[in-house]
Amino acid sequence: MSETLPQSTAERADPLALEREIARLIVQGLNLPDAPETIDPEAPLYGEGLGLDSIDILEIALIVSKQYGVVLRADDQENERIFRSLRHFAHYVAAHRTK
Amino acid sequence: MKPESLPLFAHEGPDSIVAWRDHQPINARRFLADVRELAQRLPAGRHMLNLCADRYRFTVGFAASLLTGKCSLLPPAHAPEVFRQLHAFAPDAFCLTDDADCTLELPLLFYRDGIADIGNEDWVVPQIDAAQLAAYIFTSGSTGAPVPHRKTWGRLVRCVQLEAAQLAPLQQRGCAILGTVPPQHMYGFESTVMLPLQSGAALCTARPFFPADIATALDRLPRPRVLITTPVHLRSLIAADVVLPAVDLIVSATAMLPANLAREVERRYAVPLLEIYGSTETGEIAARRTAVEEQWRLWPEVRLEIIEGRCWAQGGHVEQAIALADEIELRGPDRFVLVGRTADLVNIAGRRSSLSYLNHQLNDIPGVLDGAFFVREDEHNSVAGVSRLAALVVAPGLDAAQILMQLRDRIDPVFLPRPLLLVESLPRNETGKLPRQTLHALVAQAAVREPHLFA
Repeated sequence: MSETLPQSTAERADPLALEREIARLIVQGLNLPDAPETIDPEAPLYGEGLGLDSIDILEIALIVSKQYGVVLRADDQENERIFRSLRHFAHYVAAHRTK
Repeated sequence: MKPESLPLFAHEGPDSIVAWRDHQPINARRFLADVRELAQRLPAGRHMLNLCADRYRFTVGFAASLLTGKCSLLPPAHAPEVFRQLHAFAPDAFCLTDDADCTLELPLLFYRDGIADIGNEDWVVPQIDAAQLAAYIFTSGSTGAPVPHRKTWGRLVRCVQLEAAQLAPLQQRGCAILGTVPPQHMYGFESTVMLPLQSGAALCTARPFFPADIATALDRLPRPRVLITTPVHLRSLIAADVVLPAVDLIVSATAMLPANLAREVERRYAVPLLEIYGSTETGEIAARRTAVEEQWRLWPEVRLEIIEGRCWAQGGHVEQAIALADEIELRGPDRFVLVGRTADLVNIAGRRSSLSYLNHQLNDIPGVLDGAFFVREDEHNSVAGVSRLAALVVAPGLDAAQILMQLRDRIDPVFLPRPLLLVESLPRNETGKLPRQTLHALVAQAAVREPHLFA
């Protein structure tokens, strides 16, 4: 029943919009040589794929904690899945955001 | 005359705590049993590449290699090209790993937890000959091959004894040491492996990564507790506004700690913050409380001397004179300030390399005709305060993604260029040099032409 929701909540609930927003934040925050829309949402964020390293992951953690109030932890058993791709990461943020 | 030998660890009895895993203490008897068991299983090769990520397993591996007269190899980066070069350096090398998915093309020995029989062996702390070659620690060098630095057991022990004397909480019994740095790099090896072994403190197996993890890991340790970390992690703690449990001392090294960050950390966490100065070549040689002092205090016995503009260190654990990479101004027999770095060296988030090494790797890629790395001066506002490198490359027939893929195989990812710009020729002057202003002008032009490269 999305048409009955207020628009802001609808946007919040739109996983693709969040995915695009996170892609933009990552590219801006990390100064990546990629256009946000060219990031393959299914490609790994770490190592191959987008080619991020551990310092980038630390930066991303700071970005999502500021923007969405999501606190990342390395001993989280879901961690490997979280960074498997932009899509997984966006799902995680959507499920754990506090703002 | 009998050669000098030094004990493997300083813990006083079998019940002293050597390590903490979560809330569980690991005592010296268990540690020694694990070391002896692993020592029996080590293969014949005399060189051990110790890639254990868990700090306790790494330490057991290191101790087992000492007991069997083997030498540990600690490489500067974990890129496949580096492992190929290590193999060329020590063809008999084998790898100790705790990663079940390790695919390295070396003979692999997998670490297994808790299989040693504690039994009723007599309590005898092993003694290691001070002259024994304990480790080769590598720096990336400038010609493409990693440069090995020999570390004898005696020299390693002396260095951390001097360090321990500087850290007040270590004078108390049962101090716990938490590190955010890996045990394979010089700073992490000295301060989170050798230091607890030789001061009778307990190491912590965990290597917390995100700011919230550091708070949790500290909270699990008894006091007094010490945090061994870097400016990147400190900045991330402050940026994430993390509440830390009480900590008795924070130590930072690997990259220059800005004084304002040091003051902020001391204020926020009500703790003294000690910055340590050292290098892979010399080990740690000086310290300062960055929030309140500019001058470094040289450790007792170590001396500095400036000869024709370069600063040389010797004495104490520094057996022969070593030239430092930094430009240094002496302010007294045991005081100095840093005034700059030798232009070729780069330090990105604590990983050190040299532009000549990186350029060598870049130009070694088939299809690359010319190429140069340089340090960007137009720093973007990275939250963790890390600035990156850029590169200009002449490679008709290759695209940036192909070159980056090749580089990823050769160099530590922190040095990957952002951006990598393809150009028709490099703006070399008549002496073949690349004037910095011209490089930066080219990057600025590209930023206008291809803004997506710069976000």
